[in-house]
Amino acid sequence: MSHEHVLVVFPHPDDEAFGVSGTIAMNTKKGVPVTYVCLTLGEMGRNMGNPPFATRESLPKIRKKELETAAGVLNISDLRCWGLRDKTVEFEDPKTLAARIENVIDELKPSLIITFYPGYSVHPDHEATGAAVIRAVEQLPADKRPAVHCVAFSNDCYEMLGEPDVINDVSSVSDQKLEAIKAHRSQTEWIIAAMAEENKDKVPEVLKRMNREQFWTYKF
Amino acid sequence: MQPITPETVQNEIDKFLNQDVYLHLETTNGAYASHFNQSFFSVGAYIRNAKINFERGVITGEKSPYRAGLKINIGWVYAEGLTHWEVNEDGQLLLAGHDAEGKLAVALQLSPHPFE
Ligand SMILES: [Zn+2]
Repeated sequence: MSHEHVLVVFPHPDDEAFGVSGTIAMNTKKGVPVTYVCLTLGEMGRNMGNPPFATRESLPKIRKKELETAAGVLNISDLRCWGLRDKTVEFEDPKTLAARIENVIDELKPSLIITFYPGYSVHPDHEATGAAVIRAVEQLPADKRPAVHCVAFSNDCYEMLGEPDVINDVSSVSDQKLEAIKAHRSQTEWIIAAMAEENKDKVPEVLKRMNREQFWTYKF
Repeated sequence: MQPITPETVQNEIDKFLNQDVYLHLETTNGAYASHFNQSFFSVGAYIRNAKINFERGVITGEKSPYRAGLKINIGWVYAEGLTHWEVNEDGQLLLAGHDAEGKLAVALQLSPHPFE
Protein backbone atom coordinates (compact mmCIF):
# COMPACT_ATOMS: atom_id res chain seq x y z
CA MET A 1 0.00 0.00 0.00
CA SER A 2 1.41 3.40 -0.95
CA HIS A 3 -0.09 5.36 1.90
CA GLU A 4 0.36 3.95 5.38
CA HIS A 5 -0.98 5.54 8.54
CA VAL A 6 -1.94 3.82 11.78
CA LEU A 7 -4.81 5.18 13.86
CA VAL A 8 -5.00 3.98 17.47
CA VAL A 9 -8.23 4.67 19.36
CA PHE A 10 -8.39 3.86 23.06
CA PRO A 11 -10.27 5.34 26.01
CA HIS A 12 -7.51 5.30 28.66
CA PRO A 13 -3.97 6.68 28.67
CA ASP A 14 -2.31 3.31 29.40
CA ASP A 15 -4.47 1.08 27.18
CA GLU A 16 -1.65 0.79 24.65
CA ALA A 17 1.08 0.00 27.17
CA PHE A 18 1.20 -3.78 27.53
CA GLY A 19 -0.52 -4.99 24.38
CA VAL A 20 0.08 -2.45 21.62
CA SER A 21 3.08 -0.20 22.33
CA GLY A 22 5.51 -2.56 20.59
CA THR A 23 3.37 -2.59 17.45
CA ILE A 24 3.23 1.21 17.55
CA ALA A 25 7.02 1.44 17.94
CA MET A 26 7.58 -0.99 15.04
CA ASN A 27 5.43 1.20 12.82
CA THR A 28 7.05 4.50 13.75
CA LYS A 29 10.46 2.83 13.31
CA LYS A 30 9.48 2.03 9.71
CA GLY A 31 8.45 5.66 9.26
CA VAL A 32 4.72 4.96 9.35
CA PRO A 33 2.95 7.85 11.13
CA VAL A 34 0.82 6.88 14.11
CA THR A 35 -2.08 8.94 15.43
CA TYR A 36 -3.26 8.10 18.93
CA VAL A 37 -6.75 9.25 19.90
CA CYS A 38 -7.21 8.86 23.65
CA LEU A 39 -10.76 9.53 24.73
CA THR A 40 -10.29 10.16 28.46
CA LEU A 41 -7.47 10.88 30.88
CA GLY A 42 -8.23 7.89 33.07
CA GLU A 43 -9.62 10.22 35.72
CA MET A 44 -11.16 7.31 37.63
CA GLY A 45 -7.95 5.35 38.16
CA ARG A 46 -7.81 3.87 41.64
CA ASN A 47 -4.11 3.47 42.24
CA MET A 48 -3.12 6.42 44.43
CA GLY A 49 -0.12 4.78 46.13
CA ASN A 50 0.67 4.02 49.74
CA PRO A 51 1.48 6.63 50.92
CA PRO A 52 -0.66 8.40 48.30
CA PHE A 53 1.16 10.22 45.48
CA ALA A 54 -2.03 11.37 43.72
CA THR A 55 -5.57 12.51 44.44
CA ARG A 56 -8.79 12.16 42.48
CA GLU A 57 -8.16 15.72 41.25
CA SER A 58 -4.44 15.51 40.44
CA LEU A 59 -4.55 12.08 38.78
CA PRO A 60 -5.71 13.25 35.32
CA LYS A 61 -2.88 15.81 35.16
CA ILE A 62 -0.35 13.14 36.11
CA ARG A 63 -1.75 10.65 33.60
CA LYS A 64 -1.77 13.20 30.78
CA LYS A 65 1.94 13.87 31.34
CA GLU A 66 2.62 10.13 31.44
CA LEU A 67 0.76 9.65 28.17
CA GLU A 68 2.75 12.43 26.54
CA THR A 69 5.97 10.83 27.75
CA ALA A 70 4.90 7.41 26.43
CA ALA A 71 3.91 8.95 23.10
CA GLY A 72 7.37 10.54 22.92
CA VAL A 73 9.08 7.22 23.64
CA LEU A 74 7.06 5.56 20.87
CA ASN A 75 7.62 8.46 18.42
CA ILE A 76 3.90 9.07 18.07
CA SER A 77 3.73 12.41 16.27
CA ASP A 78 0.00 13.00 16.63
CA LEU A 79 -1.55 12.55 20.06
CA ARG A 80 -5.14 13.68 20.50
CA CYS A 81 -6.79 13.78 23.92
CA TRP A 82 -10.52 14.17 23.51
CA GLY A 83 -11.38 15.14 27.05
CA LEU A 84 -14.21 12.73 27.68
CA ARG A 85 -14.48 11.47 31.23
CA ASP A 86 -13.31 8.06 32.36
CA LYS A 87 -16.14 5.54 32.87
CA THR A 88 -18.69 7.73 31.05
CA VAL A 89 -17.92 6.78 27.42
CA GLU A 90 -20.76 4.24 27.30
CA PHE A 91 -23.21 6.94 28.33
CA GLU A 92 -22.30 9.28 25.46
CA ASP A 93 -24.44 9.26 22.33
CA PRO A 94 -22.91 6.42 20.27
CA LYS A 95 -23.87 8.10 16.99
CA THR A 96 -22.09 11.33 17.90
CA LEU A 97 -19.01 9.47 19.07
CA ALA A 98 -18.90 7.36 15.91
CA ALA A 99 -19.30 10.50 13.78
CA ARG A 100 -16.36 12.10 15.56
CA ILE A 101 -14.23 9.05 14.83
CA GLU A 102 -15.45 9.02 11.24
CA ASN A 103 -14.16 12.60 10.86
CA VAL A 104 -10.71 11.48 11.96
CA ILE A 105 -10.82 8.56 9.53
CA ASP A 106 -11.81 10.93 6.72
CA GLU A 107 -8.99 13.27 7.64
CA LEU A 108 -6.20 10.71 8.00
CA LYS A 109 -7.32 7.90 5.69
CA PRO A 110 -5.56 5.36 7.92
CA SER A 111 -4.44 2.05 6.45
CA LEU A 112 -4.89 0.37 9.83
CA ILE A 113 -6.96 1.10 12.92
CA ILE A 114 -6.18 -0.45 16.31
CA THR A 115 -8.88 -0.45 18.99
CA PHE A 116 -10.71 -2.76 21.39
CA TYR A 117 -12.88 -5.62 20.18
CA PRO A 118 -16.43 -4.64 21.16
CA GLY A 119 -17.96 -7.31 23.36
CA TYR A 120 -14.62 -8.79 24.42
CA SER A 121 -12.71 -6.03 26.15
CA VAL A 122 -14.10 -6.04 29.72
CA HIS A 123 -14.16 -2.35 30.69
CA PRO A 124 -17.35 -0.50 29.62
CA ASP A 125 -15.22 2.32 28.16
CA HIS A 126 -13.27 -0.22 26.09
CA GLU A 127 -16.48 -1.76 24.78
CA ALA A 128 -18.02 1.61 23.92
CA THR A 129 -14.84 2.83 22.22
CA GLY A 130 -14.47 -0.30 20.12
CA ALA A 131 -18.15 -0.18 19.19
CA ALA A 132 -17.88 3.45 18.09
CA VAL A 133 -14.85 2.70 15.91
CA ILE A 134 -16.57 -0.27 14.27
CA ARG A 135 -19.68 1.83 13.70
CA ALA A 136 -17.58 4.55 12.09
CA VAL A 137 -15.75 2.12 9.80
CA GLU A 138 -19.01 0.43 8.85
CA GLN A 139 -20.19 3.73 7.34
CA LEU A 140 -17.46 3.42 4.73
CA PRO A 141 -18.00 1.44 1.53
CA ALA A 142 -16.50 -2.03 1.99
CA ASP A 143 -13.61 -1.41 -0.42
CA LYS A 144 -12.61 1.81 1.39
CA ARG A 145 -12.42 0.27 4.87
CA PRO A 146 -9.04 0.12 6.58
CA ALA A 147 -8.08 -3.07 8.40
CA VAL A 148 -9.17 -3.00 12.03
CA HIS A 149 -7.00 -4.93 14.48
CA CYS A 150 -8.74 -5.43 17.81
CA VAL A 151 -7.44 -6.08 21.30
CA ALA A 152 -9.56 -8.56 23.30
CA PHE A 153 -9.00 -9.97 26.76
CA SER A 154 -12.37 -10.98 28.19
CA ASN A 155 -12.45 -14.38 29.86
CA ASP A 156 -14.40 -15.81 26.92
CA CYS A 157 -12.50 -14.15 24.06
CA TYR A 158 -10.64 -17.30 22.89
CA GLU A 159 -13.76 -19.39 23.16
CA MET A 160 -15.82 -16.90 21.14
CA LEU A 161 -13.27 -15.43 18.70
CA GLY A 162 -10.83 -18.29 18.32
CA GLU A 163 -7.09 -17.69 18.20
CA PRO A 164 -5.90 -14.17 17.34
CA ASP A 165 -4.95 -13.96 13.65
CA VAL A 166 -2.36 -11.20 13.95
CA ILE A 167 0.72 -11.94 16.03
CA ASN A 168 3.43 -9.29 16.13
CA ASP A 169 6.88 -10.17 17.43
CA VAL A 170 8.00 -6.85 18.89
CA SER A 171 11.31 -8.04 20.37
CA SER A 172 13.22 -5.64 18.09
CA VAL A 173 11.66 -2.71 19.98
CA SER A 174 11.41 -4.32 23.42
CA ASP A 175 13.46 -1.56 25.10
CA GLN A 176 11.11 1.09 23.75
CA LYS A 177 8.13 -0.96 24.87
CA LEU A 178 9.48 -1.28 28.39
CA GLU A 179 10.15 2.48 28.49
CA ALA A 180 6.60 3.18 27.32
CA ILE A 181 5.17 0.90 29.99
CA LYS A 182 7.32 2.60 32.63
CA ALA A 183 6.20 6.02 31.40
CA HIS A 184 2.72 5.23 32.75
CA ARG A 185 4.29 5.13 36.16
CA SER A 186 1.15 5.83 38.20
CA GLN A 187 -0.51 2.80 36.62
CA THR A 188 2.33 0.36 36.03
CA GLU A 189 4.90 0.84 38.77
CA TRP A 190 3.21 -1.58 41.14
CA ILE A 191 2.58 -4.09 38.35
CA ILE A 192 6.24 -4.03 37.36
CA ALA A 193 7.26 -4.38 41.01
CA ALA A 194 4.87 -7.34 41.47
CA MET A 195 6.14 -8.95 38.26
CA ALA A 196 9.77 -8.57 39.33
CA GLU A 197 8.94 -10.05 42.73
CA GLU A 198 6.96 -13.00 41.38
CA ASN A 199 9.13 -13.80 38.41
CA LYS A 200 12.65 -13.44 39.73
CA ASP A 201 13.71 -16.68 38.03
CA LYS A 202 11.39 -16.36 35.05
CA VAL A 203 12.42 -13.03 33.56
CA PRO A 204 13.07 -14.53 30.10
CA GLU A 205 9.56 -16.01 30.00
CA VAL A 206 7.95 -12.72 31.02
CA LEU A 207 9.94 -10.92 28.34
CA LYS A 208 8.91 -13.47 25.76
CA ARG A 209 5.27 -12.87 26.63
CA MET A 210 5.80 -9.09 26.46
CA ASN A 211 7.38 -9.41 23.03
CA ARG A 212 4.29 -11.00 21.58
CA GLU A 213 1.38 -8.70 20.76
CA GLN A 214 -1.79 -10.18 19.40
CA PHE A 215 -4.88 -8.89 17.63
CA TRP A 216 -8.08 -10.16 16.11
CA THR A 217 -8.89 -8.67 12.71
CA TYR A 218 -12.46 -7.42 12.84
CA LYS A 219 -14.71 -9.14 10.31
CA PHE A 220 -17.36 -6.79 8.99
CA MET B 1 -2.61 13.45 51.06
CA GLN B 2 -2.22 12.96 54.80
CA PRO B 3 -3.73 10.37 57.11
CA ILE B 4 -6.88 11.88 58.61
CA THR B 5 -6.68 13.61 61.95
CA PRO B 6 -10.35 14.24 62.79
CA GLU B 7 -9.90 17.59 64.57
CA THR B 8 -8.05 19.13 61.63
CA VAL B 9 -10.52 17.77 59.08
CA GLN B 10 -13.47 18.91 61.19
CA ASN B 11 -12.03 22.41 61.05
CA GLU B 12 -11.79 22.24 57.26
CA ILE B 13 -15.35 20.90 56.88
CA ASP B 14 -16.65 23.79 58.97
CA LYS B 15 -15.22 26.27 56.46
CA PHE B 16 -17.81 25.02 53.93
CA LEU B 17 -20.85 25.41 56.23
CA ASN B 18 -23.96 27.33 55.13
CA GLN B 19 -22.93 28.26 51.60
CA ASP B 20 -23.39 26.79 48.14
CA VAL B 21 -20.59 24.30 47.57
CA TYR B 22 -19.86 21.61 44.98
CA LEU B 23 -19.76 17.95 45.92
CA HIS B 24 -17.87 15.00 44.45
CA LEU B 25 -18.96 11.70 45.98
CA GLU B 26 -17.76 8.35 44.73
CA THR B 27 -17.48 4.74 45.72
CA THR B 28 -15.75 2.21 43.52
CA ASN B 29 -14.33 -1.26 43.56
CA GLY B 30 -12.80 -0.86 40.11
CA ALA B 31 -14.04 -1.83 36.69
CA TYR B 32 -12.12 -5.12 36.68
CA ALA B 33 -13.36 -6.67 39.94
CA SER B 34 -15.82 -9.00 38.22
CA HIS B 35 -13.29 -9.82 35.49
CA PHE B 36 -10.77 -11.18 37.99
CA ASN B 37 -13.39 -12.76 40.26
CA GLN B 38 -16.62 -13.66 38.50
CA SER B 39 -18.54 -14.14 41.73
CA PHE B 40 -17.68 -10.59 42.81
CA PHE B 41 -20.68 -8.28 42.83
CA SER B 42 -19.26 -5.07 41.44
CA VAL B 43 -20.82 -1.82 42.57
CA GLY B 44 -19.99 1.85 42.48
CA ALA B 45 -21.70 5.21 42.54
CA TYR B 46 -20.52 8.58 41.38
CA ILE B 47 -21.76 12.13 41.54
CA ARG B 48 -19.69 15.11 40.42
CA ASN B 49 -20.57 18.74 40.91
CA ALA B 50 -23.80 18.43 42.82
CA LYS B 51 -24.47 21.84 44.35
CA ILE B 52 -25.28 21.50 48.02
CA ASN B 53 -25.57 23.67 51.10
CA PHE B 54 -25.09 21.99 54.47
CA GLU B 55 -25.89 23.25 57.93
CA ARG B 56 -23.96 20.57 59.81
CA GLY B 57 -20.94 18.53 58.80
CA VAL B 58 -19.22 15.94 60.99
CA ILE B 59 -16.25 13.64 60.70
CA THR B 60 -16.36 10.83 63.22
CA GLY B 61 -14.98 7.42 64.17
CA GLU B 62 -12.70 6.02 66.87
CA LYS B 63 -9.83 5.44 64.50
CA SER B 64 -9.09 5.28 60.77
CA PRO B 65 -11.06 4.64 58.62
CA TYR B 66 -13.42 7.49 59.53
CA ARG B 67 -16.95 8.47 58.52
CA ALA B 68 -18.23 11.85 57.41
CA GLY B 69 -21.81 13.13 57.16
CA LEU B 70 -23.22 16.38 55.86
CA LYS B 71 -26.74 17.45 56.80
CA ILE B 72 -28.28 19.39 53.93
CA ASN B 73 -31.58 21.23 54.24
CA ILE B 74 -33.67 18.39 52.77
CA GLY B 75 -31.43 15.37 53.22
CA TRP B 76 -28.01 13.88 53.86
CA VAL B 77 -24.67 13.09 52.32
CA TYR B 78 -22.34 10.58 53.91
CA ALA B 79 -19.32 8.41 53.26
CA GLU B 80 -17.48 5.77 55.24
CA GLY B 81 -14.04 4.26 54.90
CA LEU B 82 -12.18 7.59 54.81
CA THR B 83 -8.45 7.40 55.50
CA HIS B 84 -6.75 10.43 53.90
CA TRP B 85 -7.34 14.14 53.44
CA GLU B 86 -5.90 17.17 51.69
CA VAL B 87 -6.81 20.75 50.87
CA ASN B 88 -5.40 21.22 47.39
CA GLU B 89 -4.14 24.35 45.63
CA ASP B 90 -7.69 25.07 44.40
CA GLY B 91 -9.02 25.25 47.95
CA GLN B 92 -10.87 21.96 47.57
CA LEU B 93 -11.23 19.65 50.55
CA LEU B 94 -10.47 16.11 49.41
CA LEU B 95 -11.33 13.16 51.63
CA ALA B 96 -10.54 9.69 50.35
CA GLY B 97 -10.51 6.10 51.55
CA HIS B 98 -7.60 4.01 50.30
CA ASP B 99 -7.31 0.27 50.81
CA ALA B 100 -4.13 -1.44 51.98
CA GLU B 101 -2.74 -1.43 48.44
CA GLY B 102 -3.25 2.31 48.07
CA LYS B 103 -6.27 1.98 45.79
CA LEU B 104 -9.04 4.54 46.13
CA ALA B 105 -12.34 3.01 47.25
CA VAL B 106 -14.32 6.07 48.31
CA ALA B 107 -14.03 9.83 47.89
CA LEU B 108 -15.95 12.74 49.35
CA GLN B 109 -14.82 16.15 48.15
CA LEU B 110 -16.03 19.71 48.58
CA SER B 111 -15.16 22.71 46.47
CA PRO B 112 -16.17 26.38 46.55
CA HIS B 113 -16.32 26.28 42.70
CA PRO B 114 -17.23 23.47 40.29
CA PHE B 115 -14.75 20.61 40.00
CA GLU B 116 -12.89 20.59 36.70
ZN1 LIG C 1 -8.50 0.89 29.68
